[in-house]
Amino acid sequence: MTGKILVNEEVVPNVHRLVVEAANIALRAQPGQFIMIIPDSEGERVPFTLSDWDAEAGTITIFYQEAGVSTMKLTAMKPGESVHVVVGPLGRPTKIEKHGTVLVGGGCYGLGAIYPLAKAFKEAGNKVIAMLEARTTYIVYNEEKLREVTDEIIVVTADGSRGVRGHIKEGMKFLEARKEKIDHAHFVGCTFMMMLSAEATKPYGIPTIVSLNTLMVDGTGMCGVCRVLVDGETKFACVDGPDFDGHLVDWDMVFARKRAYEGEEDLAYQFYRCRRDGAISEAAKTQEAV
Amino acid sequence: MSKKSDGLTPKERMAIPRSKMPEQDPHARALNFEEVPLGLTPEQAMEEAKRCLDCRKQPCVSGCPVGVQIPEFIKLVGEGKFVEAARLIKETNVLPAVTGRVCPQENQCEGECTLFKRYGGVSIGALERFVADYERNNNLVEIPPKPKQTGKKVAVIGSGPSGLTVAGDLILEGHKVRIFEALHEAGGVLVYGIPEFRLPKEIVRAEVDYLAQQGVDIRLNEVVGMSVSMDELLEEYDAVYIGVGAGLPTFMRIEGEELNGVFSANEYLTRSNLMKGYLFPEYDSPLPPGKHTCVVGGGNVAMDAARTAKRLGAEVTIVYRRAKEQLPARGEEVHHAEEEGIIFQLLTNPVRIIGENGKVVGMECIRMELGEPDASGRRRPIPIEGSNFEIDCDQVVISIGAGANPLLVKTMPDLKLNRWGYIEVNKNNQTSVDKVWAGGDIVTGAATVIEAMGAGRIAAKSIQAYLTGQPQPSTEEEQEEID
Repeated sequence: MTGKILVNEEVVPNVHRLVVEAANIALRAQPGQFIMIIPDSEGERVPFTLSDWDAEAGTITIFYQEAGVSTMKLTAMKPGESVHVVVGPLGRPTKIEKHGTVLVGGGCYGLGAIYPLAKAFKEAGNKVIAMLEARTTYIVYNEEKLREVTDEIIVVTADGSRGVRGHIKEGMKFLEARKEKIDHAHFVGCTFMMMLSAEATKPYGIPTIVSLNTLMVDGTGMCGVCRVLVDGETKFACVDGPDFDGHLVDWDMVFARKRAYEGEEDLAYQFYRCRRDGAISEAAKTQEAV
Repeated sequence: MSKKSDGLTPKERMAIPRSKMPEQDPHARALNFEEVPLGLTPEQAMEEAKRCLDCRKQPCVSGCPVGVQIPEFIKLVGEGKFVEAARLIKETNVLPAVTGRVCPQENQCEGECTLFKRYGGVSIGALERFVADYERNNNLVEIPPKPKQTGKKVAVIGSGPSGLTVAGDLILEGHKVRIFEALHEAGGVLVYGIPEFRLPKEIVRAEVDYLAQQGVDIRLNEVVGMSVSMDELLEEYDAVYIGVGAGLPTFMRIEGEELNGVFSANEYLTRSNLMKGYLFPEYDSPLPPGKHTCVVGGGNVAMDAARTAKRLGAEVTIVYRRAKEQLPARGEEVHHAEEEGIIFQLLTNPVRIIGENGKVVGMECIRMELGEPDASGRRRPIPIEGSNFEIDCDQVVISIGAGANPLLVKTMPDLKLNRWGYIEVNKNNQTSVDKVWAGGDIVTGAATVIEAMGAGRIAAKSIQAYLTGQPQPSTEEEQEEID
């Protein structure tokens, strides 16, 4: 049944792997696309980047971090239960071409989400280097899977506990030092990581794509909440994206708009926790309603 | 048709005052999301029905985009046959409880009523609403007997008013009908756009259920063009109707539109209506109340957004660049908004939105005056130089329209579009692609619920002719029916 959870596990601290039944999405998914999930009947519509799919088994995989009420609801769900709604695939697929050497860089949920990109770029005949950015060694995941579809994996950790110390920027210097020529780069991760990564490739003149993860409501080109400025033009991440030229994105706007509901997100999260823990009794709610 | 049985003379009929529908008190309703007009009582409805002069030429019917048999149903109301009246309406209008509420009757049936100018037209909308509610509330809705099945299959893309009309008409002809809806609830603009206080969602659900019970298969969360392709539909179905509605919201292209606190009306209303943001945090999608919310635009959508903002607790100002007479919204909506304490800044246009730390803190506007009529026939608003002033506000809702949704049409290279991206159709609402019809906002741009239903009706007739090998309804014939 569409939406039935098969796997919901924490792969490293606060990164969860979710596998759900969605035969139709699995059949049609293409690299770079996203889906929307509504966890339960009171839930929001939340976009997630597709990290893998299996057309035969009729399943799709996403990676997510618990960061608000919706993802908190997701982490509480067990295999056998179903999410309220799963819809997709949405967004334009990533343009997969033969560039030569392609760098796919991921951070947080992006370590999962770059897998289909790496695979597709590899299949298109590229040399594929995956750069995995993490704060520290024990939150690196998905490595084995990525190894199957890449020529090389470079791990970059902020604390230097493994691989190159630093961020993508230092990773780029590492590649420069060994005279590796990168023809195309694609980054998926949190906004901050994508911005810094796009900045890091700019001096080398490497064409760079980022997969933006803006807020969305319908995800089908109606509400306009996902608007971003790219090269001075208003674009909608849901129907024009989510892939954009990382060097042309107005990052200040992306950041500001991501924070649009910070206060409410916090309130919703606290409200859910209190209710879950029984801190808001039915009696108190009735009182409130009066 | 037979004469009315009450034996009143026309003069006596004209002497009956137009019924007034009770409404929630403006002060009370500005704080809740419950419906504003409360509906007629049976006695009021029967009294109002007596006002109908039963004109031979039936100007009211010609004013109705779907041709509801108005004098006939009103006669039944007068006789107290409310359920019969409801069923008669349903022969031509699949959504009477909806259209009775949201149609701009004053420009349509009621506007054409012989009594309109001197006495006020017969309250056709109120009567339509009354009989539909009466039938539903008393559990008297009957599912029509299943017609003989033709074995033909029709796909309808979008479950808004036009799609529902096509589905409702064609299911009665014995075809298999499946609706593909991208969102997680059926109803299109009726669920995401029109607020609860104007159209309770329970009513939309009942109307959708009525179609489902007749056998219309409604597939939610299906985004045609993404989760299923048009080619697949064309392979499986004998006819496809596109009714995907309006799309990407239009912004003003002024400074500050990216600020937090700036919404498109689509976002604002979708959050409130579809996602139940007005019940946040019981529901997860936030819709923070503004302190002072400015709504830019003067259409029905702007009124809906403004009245929603008011109910969330904001002080609300509507900023519109022309004068009151040019407000595109229904008179009733404007009146309701005014009653609820919404301020109108007319002949005013935003110049830029002012932000601090990424958030809206105000809006700079300029005063306008009206010049010569423009292409739309309305007098063109011209900025008065040096009249700039600032409004303190923390939310701005942009409600100046929407463009065509590119999602589906982009996947159909052979589909002819006009220069604004809307689908081109002929008089029978056939598109340039074989077996594909279209109607509603994706053809006309923003229009009313009943106009979309009218477009659905035309397409349904054409599809029916196509599926049964009959000649297409000729344009002349079709026109006669509409005019």
